[in-house]
Amino acid sequence: MVADPVVPFQVAPELFPNGIGRYAVGGLLVGLGAVVIYVGTGIAAGASTFLESTLSYVSGQSRFQRYVASRDWRLVFTAGIVLGAALFAATVQSGLVTSSLYQPGTTGELYEFAGFTLWLTDVQPWRLFFGGILVGIGTRVGKGCTSGHGVCGVGSASKTSIVGVMTFLAVAIGTAQIVAALGVTP
Amino acid sequence: MSDRHPLFKPLIFVGGLIFGFGLGFSQMARPEVVLNFLTFEDFGLLFVMFGAAIVSGIAFAVMPRIRESAPLTGDRYERRLKPFDRNVLIGGAIFGVGWGLSGICPGAAYASLGVGNVTILWALAGMFVGAYLQGWWRSRSADVDSVAASAD
Repeated sequence: MVADPVVPFQVAPELFPNGIGRYAVGGLLVGLGAVVIYVGTGIAAGASTFLESTLSYVSGQSRFQRYVASRDWRLVFTAGIVLGAALFAATVQSGLVTSSLYQPGTTGELYEFAGFTLWLTDVQPWRLFFGGILVGIGTRVGKGCTSGHGVCGVGSASKTSIVGVMTFLAVAIGTAQIVAALGVTP
Repeated sequence: MSDRHPLFKPLIFVGGLIFGFGLGFSQMARPEVVLNFLTFEDFGLLFVMFGAAIVSGIAFAVMPRIRESAPLTGDRYERRLKPFDRNVLIGGAIFGVGWGLSGICPGAAYASLGVGNVTILWALAGMFVGAYLQGWWRSRSADVDSVAASAD
């Protein structure tokens, strides 16, 4: 009987199977976007308030009406995010611009549309929808999401945000592990 | 807020463009990549979140020292810290379950639409439903509270 050799660190043979380039560069750009807005306006931008501020256009509930003053620029911010990602799709994702810092990976499905390479998730719609409902409730009750708490809050060393991030990160890891263990894929 | 500088919205838009491009480049717009982080298959997300936090943190630390107020709003550069209460924990935990189930958060969902992922409309619809439910509930309890207070 041959005993398996004990290899240290075997639990995580590859911490970064897709390299770190795309993550580091992407993270710097996300931070830079937040910096541009902060330097120009003094606003620490978050993405989830858009959900409530946009509801103020169609609902008179007091909870949404408090965001009337900021709803226009939040719409502009979100349109910028959508179009910025579309610009990425039209350039890097479509192969027009290539970089050794960008690993395309193998997740989801690529498809061609109007000369551009677009991308579709394989994650099942029910996960997206029910997860989305909880994201909508949780980010608003919890005062922020991965951008407001995670990027701006942690960046300004806010204790509230650091506790918020640790909470949602730990619960999300537990949830994703349980869902994966139950055999739900993708 | 109609007296804002004419460049206010254009600048917000440019910031959003860079932000969204970064979410696309980092593949945070792909739920699979986020789920791979949460199941410990690829730790790259840490570079995105902390990389972005460090970059914005430099601006948050430096700007108040070199300028009094922001050019386009006249607002002072200051930390507007969110008060801590148990909602941060309750909401954070609910968000965590949703994020772990779907692999998507609000900013990444907007970006996901931009990279062509129309399936993400399910998540965006869910987020609006969730935001509406909590807003409806909290508006109602706030109204009940104010009625109770004025009856005192």
